Amino acid sequence: MSTESLLTLEKISKVFSRGTVDEVKALDSINLVVRAEDYITVIGSNGAGKTTMLNVVGGVFPPEKGGKIIVDGADITNLSEYKHATYVGRVYQDPNIGTAAKMTIEENLAMAVLRGKSRGLRAASNKKRREEFRQALAPLKLGLEDRLNTLVGTLSSGQRQAVALVMSTISRPALLLLDEHSANLDPRTAQIVLELTEMIVKREKITTLMVTHNMELALRYGNRLIMMHEGRIVVDLNQEQRTGLTINDLITAFERASGSKFSDDEVLLKG
Amino acid sequence: MDVAGSILFFSFYEGLVFGLVAIGVYLTLRVLAFPDLTVDGSYTLGGAVAAVLIVAGVNPFLASLAAIGAGFCAGLLTGILNTKLRIPALLAGILMMVGLYSINLRIMSGANVSLLREVTSFDIIADLFGMRAGSIGVSIILALAIAAAVFFVLNWFLRTEIGLSLRATGDNEQMVRSLGGDTDKNVLLGCAISNGLVGLAGAIVAQGQGFADVGMGIGMIVMGLASVIIGEALFRPKGVARLLVAAVGGAFAYRLFITIALRMGMAPGDLKLITAVLVVIALAIPYIRKKVRREWIPPAVRW
Repeated sequence: MSTESLLTLEKISKVFSRGTVDEVKALDSINLVVRAEDYITVIGSNGAGKTTMLNVVGGVFPPEKGGKIIVDGADITNLSEYKHATYVGRVYQDPNIGTAAKMTIEENLAMAVLRGKSRGLRAASNKKRREEFRQALAPLKLGLEDRLNTLVGTLSSGQRQAVALVMSTISRPALLLLDEHSANLDPRTAQIVLELTEMIVKREKITTLMVTHNMELALRYGNRLIMMHEGRIVVDLNQEQRTGLTINDLITAFERASGSKFSDDEVLLKG
Repeated sequence: MDVAGSILFFSFYEGLVFGLVAIGVYLTLRVLAFPDLTVDGSYTLGGAVAAVLIVAGVNPFLASLAAIGAGFCAGLLTGILNTKLRIPALLAGILMMVGLYSINLRIMSGANVSLLREVTSFDIIADLFGMRAGSIGVSIILALAIAAAVFFVLNWFLRTEIGLSLRATGDNEQMVRSLGGDTDKNVLLGCAISNGLVGLAGAIVAQGQGFADVGMGIGMIVMGLASVIIGEALFRPKGVARLLVAAVGGAFAYRLFITIALRMGMAPGDLKLITAVLVVIALAIPYIRKKVRREWIPPAVRW
């Protein structure tokens, strides 16, 4: 593992509905250094700021003044969302967000393969690209490589999420953000998607942040685990520290660090 | 020429010209999912720009190109209102339509401009082929050449990297941004191209009928909508090429219907109502069908 920092978050804060009674401090001066090829699982209760953090890194909205996002040596703090995409690939919880239903698998991948490149008046797809798409889809073992002309809207959620995963990684972005990307799938499909994720992340050596509600998953995957609470990172465990930990150990660690009782039924039930 | 033949030829010509409007509406409404009402204004704008330039002695083909440019700019402005100022698409189009009405009056320095004594694109084509000026054959040659050119260019463009990004923007905007596509730029480009085509249609029609009039664009958006819907119902198109053909085919069917209605003694003033009713029926049918089959019905879109 390299010790070089791939993603650096400096004093990232985010306040929603500022100046109203609904004011929420979603992120509270977060600092995080992610090394290249880290695979970090992010866990925390609802409202802890997990998704807000991914949205800030993905460029959906900028952090408050004074915050800084550096990916692969480039300061992307104030770039618009589509420019963040040059560095950051993303898979959403809802497969409908990551794929375009009325376009074919081939057209979806043709969109994805141009991440970070300028789009011109060349043909969007050609024989060489189709071959590239087949090779990217074949390892999924879902038979999608033979269905390039199928409309994505006719696929099952699991198949769509698998396509979304390939789309987010086919152009090898520096950073991959997974936002509970297996949460909307049935257990068996979720398992398949998680294994595909593991395979692609290992093979392409992509630095990854995976948000999950499921403590078991957070312990099983990745090499580092962070826990968020009220917009802050309260627990940060590296590979050695988290080896052999159980869900109960995690809850204890959380309660000690945050000074509050762990109360997320969803996490406990799934755990 | 017998009556049926002349109705068919005339509708064919009109179908090709109004097919440009239909393709424009198809580009914004179906490809971009952007209900653009600029069309009523940009159609007249095209006619006005072309007519004024021709009267000023500009080559009619150049004048038609200028009409495309004018429509292009109008569409661009609608896109800017929507993407940069976040004005809802429907309202942005209405604002442009209203604003263009005054602009068109200014351009023409009045309510209309006559081209009866001017040399138009139709006259040049008639000369070129040694045909009688004003014959339906001349009109069809010109309209067919333009429609074919537009078809080939768009059929190519929508398959390019930019074209694909444009289509994807209408399908899933968030996905396009997350893959590094500039959705604002795509909306601007789509609206601009669409209204450029509409402006061209206005320019051709003005030259064909011998005048541009400030009211010539009224109801154009509904006609374009009717053409797209009829085309989709008749051709059930899949893929870019067939969708383009369906838009023109829909315009042809629509004009045929209108021409027959006129021949049967319908007053020209009633046609707008008939068109509106046609669109209402076409849009209501899928809903009624679902209702009968007791299927799930999505809530009405309010844009």
